[in-house]
Amino acid sequence: MMPENAPVQSTSGTALTVFEKIWNAHHVRRLDDGRDLVFVDRHVLQETTSAQAFERLARAGRAVRHPELTVATQDHVVSTAPGRNEHSNPAGRELLSLMRANAHAHRIRHFGVDDPRQGIVHVIAPELGLALPGCLLVCGDSHTSTVGGLGALGIGVGTSEVEHVLATQTLALNRPRTMRITFEGHCGAGVTAKDLILRTAGTFGIAAAQGCAIEYAGSAIRALPVEARLTLCNMSIEIGARLGLVAPDDRTFAYVQDREMAPSGAAFAQAMAEWRQLRSDPDAVFERDVAIDCSLVAPQVTWGTSPQDVAGVDERVPDPAGFSDAKRRDLAAAAIAYMGLEPGMPLAGIPIDIAFIGSCTNARLSDLEAAATVARGRRVAPGVRALVVPGSTPVRLAAEAKGLHHIFHDAGFEWRDAGCSMCVSINEDIVPPGARCIATSNRNFENRQGPRSRTHLASPAMVAAAAVTGCVTDIRRMT
Amino acid sequence: MTPFTELEGVMAVMPVANINTDAIIPSPWLRFANADLGKGLFGSQRYTEDGRERPDFILNQPPFRSAKILLADENFGCGSSREAAVWALEQFGIRCVLAPSFGDIFYENAFRNGVLAGRIDAATFERLREAVRRHPDRPVVRVDLAARSVTAPDRTSYVLHVPAARAEALLRGEDEIAATLALEAEIAAYYAAVQVARPWLYPAAASRGDTV
Ligand code: SF4
Repeated sequence: MMPENAPVQSTSGTALTVFEKIWNAHHVRRLDDGRDLVFVDRHVLQETTSAQAFERLARAGRAVRHPELTVATQDHVVSTAPGRNEHSNPAGRELLSLMRANAHAHRIRHFGVDDPRQGIVHVIAPELGLALPGCLLVCGDSHTSTVGGLGALGIGVGTSEVEHVLATQTLALNRPRTMRITFEGHCGAGVTAKDLILRTAGTFGIAAAQGCAIEYAGSAIRALPVEARLTLCNMSIEIGARLGLVAPDDRTFAYVQDREMAPSGAAFAQAMAEWRQLRSDPDAVFERDVAIDCSLVAPQVTWGTSPQDVAGVDERVPDPAGFSDAKRRDLAAAAIAYMGLEPGMPLAGIPIDIAFIGSCTNARLSDLEAAATVARGRRVAPGVRALVVPGSTPVRLAAEAKGLHHIFHDAGFEWRDAGCSMCVSINEDIVPPGARCIATSNRNFENRQGPRSRTHLASPAMVAAAAVTGCVTDIRRMT
Repeated sequence: MTPFTELEGVMAVMPVANINTDAIIPSPWLRFANADLGKGLFGSQRYTEDGRERPDFILNQPPFRSAKILLADENFGCGSSREAAVWALEQFGIRCVLAPSFGDIFYENAFRNGVLAGRIDAATFERLREAVRRHPDRPVVRVDLAARSVTAPDRTSYVLHVPAARAEALLRGEDEIAATLALEAEIAAYYAAVQVARPWLYPAAASRGDTV
């Protein structure tokens, strides 16, 4: 019999998936209720999900167990107006000052809006070298799965769990089931990681990976640069997964090396030797195993109010009658009505009011470069508001060093300071009621970008193309 | 935490799948540390843009204004990790949500806050919905956690699926952090061991004290 505190063995005997290897390395003990107590190597805090955790911690008279493994930033409610400070958005002041005060009181490193390292949690964690291959990183935010792009376990939690991690540096979790999504074949022109993950949601649905840890595998994934892998893993949560990851490889190691908080010298060499073991054994068994043929994926754009409501940009808004599942049919009909579209109309050509390039999904340097390539020498269409919001202050500074801000300015885009911005309508950047926004973010839910906002999700180049043409446009037709 | 044993009250039915956390508590209510989340529950559907109640929304109608139980279709609470979704339900007065399935993070958050997320079979969902529809004068349902049962207005009982350990913790009103802190020595031993085994992972530990 297995000792009570042994980590769960793989379903295939001794062969393990990369997820199981990392999980086992963090396993403190098996709890009586069947959950595992796992150790948290890195805890990242943001202002909207930590204030109540600190308040309850204080009420219970508990301390922060490992402030040195904890980092805080300000991202969700910050103003993104150029030159902003902590007070620029009056409605955000309370949570921002609480974040700063709580971090200070507990000796937690804090990268506020005035710090050159500030940015969206999921953008700064890889960028700073805070997230590392094989580490377990927790944040009170669902898109923590982003850091899976480095081969880390990124687990998004609620505020009670933030409090639990602050107090104990551990989490009590059901071990996720394993799932593999294999991407084979070459991506066609204009197809990015964003298109692959949107297609995955479209093909398998938003509950496809419920309770699962996804491993993204296959030759197409190996060919993806690290920033694209971060985009892919970011949206794991949109298909219901607990987390998603890509096994680390030489691209990953090169990305991590020399990051501010990453190990260096002999420690880096030792780390790399261990990271090389982080791959699924050839005969490891996944509880769910599916595949996508990348050569069949076109640039994607969503037409509805869930990430699974998606199609190739050269396709049409579907006729709900075409869905065999009755519930899906009703949802699709409601979504099309909410979006102000008609069944059967071509996606290309739908006029847009706003183009938003930003968020933890697609606001890293390579994303802004892709958008700038389209914007260069063109003009934002009349009547369209176009925003570029770097995912972090380091991304903004790197982009400015390359002159991208000039390209965007010249083309009539707004060039703003780093934050979550128009992804979530919890700050000043809001889509007006009824307006239609094409966005590089991850959620097209009703009212997500503001009351009655209409959102179309797409890749950075597709959003830039829509900005300059004034309508949803097939990036492959932009010459 | 207040223990959860039995609950009898009006059950509101929202027969929709995939109700996400953004819908349960829309973003505008998350801007302040002490917002009235009960008021914000389903805010986008409950109020017009100028803040008036929409009479056609179920929670604006008597007797559902004082609902204690919510019945929804599958994948309730999907979407984000925002725990305020649970607080909003609880502050409104709903301490039990019944659905065929739940979003993972919502499910965890519910139990941590003393809210029962009870799984029911798809057939039970239909029967409960129908029973409440047939008793508009008294749409009252009774949930008995210890017995894992839910009783419809017509007195028919159905099975409630709640993992045993979860149910016991709720019945006792147990604080999860206290339970983990009881294992503090074991956690410290784990940390001491991995610091030696994986020093590259904990560089901050070496310079503790000057990391702020
Ligand atoms: S950018 Fe959007 S999805 Fe990402 S952390 Fe911010 S609010 Fe969440």
